[in-house]
Amino acid sequence: MTRLGPRSAAMVACLIALAACGGSGGTATDPGVTSNSILLGVTIAQSGPAAAYGTIANAANAYFTYVNSQGGVNGRKITYKILDDGYNPAQTVPLTKQLVEADQVFAMFGGLGTQSQTAVRDYLNAKKVPQLFVATGATTFMQDFSQHPYTIGWQPPYQGEARIYAKDVLANHPNAKIGVLYQNDDYGLDYLKGLTDGLGANASMIVDKESYDVTAAVPTLAAQLTTLKAKGADTLFIFATPAFTIGSLAIVTAIHWAPLEYVNSVSDPAAYMQIAASKGAKIDGAISVGYIKDPTDPQWANDAGMQLYQKVIASCSTCKPSDGFNIYGVAVAYTMVDVLKQAGSNLTRANVMSIAGSNLNETNPFLLPGVTVTTTATDHYPITQEEVIKWSANAWHLQPPLIDEQVS
Amino acid sequence: MVSRLRRAPARYWLVGAVALVLLGLPSAVTSFESSEWTLVLIFAIAIMGLNVLVGYSGQISLGHGAFMALGAYTTAILVSRYHVNYLLTIPIAGVIGGAVGFLLGIPALRLSALYLALATFALAVVTPSLIKRPVELTGGVQGILMLPPDPPQFVKDAFATVTNGPQMTSEQWLYYVTLVTGAVLFWVAWNMLRHRPGRAMRAIRDGEVPAAASGINVAGYKTLAFGMSAFYAGVAGSLYGLSTGYVSPDTFPVALSFQLLVGAVVGGLASIVGPLVGGAFVYWLPIVSSQTISSQDWIPSQISSVFVKAGPAVTYGALLILIMIFAPNGIVGLATAAYKALRSRLRGANEQGTVQMPPDPHTVG
Repeated sequence: MTRLGPRSAAMVACLIALAACGGSGGTATDPGVTSNSILLGVTIAQSGPAAAYGTIANAANAYFTYVNSQGGVNGRKITYKILDDGYNPAQTVPLTKQLVEADQVFAMFGGLGTQSQTAVRDYLNAKKVPQLFVATGATTFMQDFSQHPYTIGWQPPYQGEARIYAKDVLANHPNAKIGVLYQNDDYGLDYLKGLTDGLGANASMIVDKESYDVTAAVPTLAAQLTTLKAKGADTLFIFATPAFTIGSLAIVTAIHWAPLEYVNSVSDPAAYMQIAASKGAKIDGAISVGYIKDPTDPQWANDAGMQLYQKVIASCSTCKPSDGFNIYGVAVAYTMVDVLKQAGSNLTRANVMSIAGSNLNETNPFLLPGVTVTTTATDHYPITQEEVIKWSANAWHLQPPLIDEQVS
Repeated sequence: MVSRLRRAPARYWLVGAVALVLLGLPSAVTSFESSEWTLVLIFAIAIMGLNVLVGYSGQISLGHGAFMALGAYTTAILVSRYHVNYLLTIPIAGVIGGAVGFLLGIPALRLSALYLALATFALAVVTPSLIKRPVELTGGVQGILMLPPDPPQFVKDAFATVTNGPQMTSEQWLYYVTLVTGAVLFWVAWNMLRHRPGRAMRAIRDGEVPAAASGINVAGYKTLAFGMSAFYAGVAGSLYGLSTGYVSPDTFPVALSFQLLVGAVVGGLASIVGPLVGGAFVYWLPIVSSQTISSQDWIPSQISSVFVKAGPAVTYGALLILIMIFAPNGIVGLATAAYKALRSRLRGANEQGTVQMPPDPHTVG
């Protein structure tokens, strides 16, 4: 039997000593909250193929800066730590763990990307860290609240939006032959499911659906669009992210096709439509839905909410005020601050989650008039009301009334 | 035994020290940091495999992310659908990766370096789309979620006795699984490279025609190198899936294959320690580039915002260029050269003009 020499014994002793230094003490209060600060964290794509979304977090941060300048929430200033996950779920996981375990955030707020947020949903729920107001309309984040009570979405679910389109088609164009171009990922598939479910027995109105991968080059969409035209579709649904939507609208005109176009809300900010028009797309008559005020819409020029937005966004040097993503970021930050205010002195994760998930009733100055942000014990879809909008004369025009689309 | 210890080269002491640090790591750092080092080791395993292919046998692959994806999905499907024990799926993932790599190595024999690079690049590009197609099998874009594995009770008890701290987490357990797997795989690679297969591969790398003229089975060793490197990547992918807990088409983009190659080059091609350095590089670089740089006040904001906006790609590119110019043998090559220079300077004072035997005849080349 070999004896431990003095050197090896010293090494083992060092190891044990190091180990004994470990171990943590617990505190009674929730992490991330001090007497004068609240720490929130987020992972979002600020580089790579989805970098355009990154401005959402900067805009939200601009709103927090504004709130802090007014004294904060009940005397506490909000710090928002933004980490770049490049839209890769494999990077979201360690970054989220870093925020929760190393930085000790109070809650995760506004995480972006369906796959990215799905990757960390179980972890955050297991650790009981609120995953608040995720920046995706994937229906699962609201639908599956009972299995994941620490996760809540914010924007209207994609399936609900597509159902509104279905209703519009059935009411106004009952003989339409529908073609669908969709992005082959959770986002596009969610929309497609909503449309198919909304059409119900009339799902056969869809004569063809074509998909593309998000890694495809935009001009290659000509193949899918030509096929859709050849199949005789006279109504086109574009379930695509902004770059692909702009490209598709231009290609449709280029191949001498003039279907009725439905554009999804992720890609409908007026700035993008104008780019499409500048590339030669004929988009008059295009239909979409909206729930947020568009910064480029002149009807909101004297609106108190829009003026507040312009004031807030000025503090973000990299944010373009005309970008629809920015007013989205400010609007969802407004809801976040609202929840923190409602929590008052009971600033615990459990209480904040209970308010956000089941006790929200807010009128948001950045959303269309009449749209409320509401959650109850049985309704975990914060926003479900949207209004149909039609494009003409280089702008979107609201078509009242507001439609409330519940997805069960 | 003690005299053998005293005569062992300094390198062995270094290896021993590193091994001891790695072994004791989870007891000294937080569970989260253990999970970070798990990812470093996972990348090190994948880069070790790539190193065998690129550094030792002279072929190139821009598609090893695809083999990692294969390994990760093998584990994810077996664990979630067929309820196979997750530890068993690690070697299975490696074998499947290795088999596919071996099969791919056969047509690769006909391709010269540039076309091999393009072919493997095509493989990396097509991987996310390929994963999405068989939706019932792979879960399509939804991906597959896996529960973090619980450490076995006897390991938990052993850990608790040694560290006297909080209970062992699944992250720390996965760290040890990765460490042991990595140690075994590194040892296998080291052994193989020291003996005939390693010499054959180096000969092929340095010149195929003279190698063939010396009677080496060039085709056999080249496909072996492909298969072996794919095996390592498959195992790394399997561990990657287990430690992240989620696999989806987006977790294996083209960028991953580039990161592995850059990591191999930066760490040091044709070295055993290089992959470990490369793994640390691949893991820490995006974090440093986006977080640390922007938080340094002394860097002007225009420069740091360039780094943040462009993402890790800019820093990868810049470092790759710098390494190629100033340290073509990677960081390990730089360290070895510095050590040799230091030693010869120290020795030189005593023994001038003496011819030195190479310190270890096994590792010539």
